[in-house]
Amino acid sequence: MLGTILTVYAATIDLNQYFSGLNIIVALVIATCKASLVVLFFMHGKYSPKRTQLVIVCSVFWLAIMLFMTMSDYLSRPWS
Amino acid sequence: MHRTGELYGQFQTMEQQRETASLGMWVFLVTEVLFFGGMFMTYTLNRSTYPDVFGEASRSIDLTLGAINTVVLIGSSLTMAMSVWASQVGKKQLVTIFLIATLILGSVFLGIKGVEYHQKFVEHHIPGLGFSFEPGASIATNAHAQLFFSLYFAMTGLHALHMIIGAGLLLWLIKQSMRGRFTPEYNTPVELVGLYWHFVDIVWIFLFPLLYLIDRH
Repeated sequence: MLGTILTVYAATIDLNQYFSGLNIIVALVIATCKASLVVLFFMHGKYSPKRTQLVIVCSVFWLAIMLFMTMSDYLSRPWS
Repeated sequence: MHRTGELYGQFQTMEQQRETASLGMWVFLVTEVLFFGGMFMTYTLNRSTYPDVFGEASRSIDLTLGAINTVVLIGSSLTMAMSVWASQVGKKQLVTIFLIATLILGSVFLGIKGVEYHQKFVEHHIPGLGFSFEPGASIATNAHAQLFFSLYFAMTGLHALHMIIGAGLLLWLIKQSMRGRFTPEYNTPVELVGLYWHFVDIVWIFLFPLLYLIDRH
């Protein structure tokens, strides 16, 4: 739990180096790890019945679809 | 009545009753994912379209305050989880203490947010009539910066609204826990508010790097 506090520090300080455009990926990976820890342990996701876990996974899946599909729509437009 | 922790009509076991309550809150949280997800989508699209201006605008937000807020909020999630644990092992006084700690940390978060908003107000970075990001730059740059700040205020504002609602829920919980209502057999309200609070924390965990850490190097 104190590790999450450390990751905040890592996210802010280490971004002073230039990772050739990969800053955001590192930041998002760290954020995803923190969120996963919160879901699994603080929210007892690890100890929930399978049905609940399915609901959690579905919401993440939905987000992924929305982000991926919408962005690919916009990025594949020949006009602005 | 379920409020006293007894088996309610349609349930076969207490465990089923408890799991149903928890599932209900999770499903609500999924709708919240949809709610915030839409704004994250808007953010993703606009940032990919105007990466430079977004980076510039992000650098003008106070990183220290944002980082402190992140630590404060994760700490409040910790105290909330401790409160749930305390209710599960029957330590009634600890339940109240941890709930109050959570409320205090949440209020600190909101206070710091207020300071940040005030800073933005002074710098004329609030979208609208008085907006002025870079007086010498092009109209496009200012427009795109205004886009960033619109997103900043909309997303953190929505998040802060959820925090305020959470604070209200905590107040209600504190009042109930001081009457000794939560036992190992019946701690559902604590657990459900805990789920809500952790979710609001998760939203911030993503908001922070996306808004504050765009282009700092």
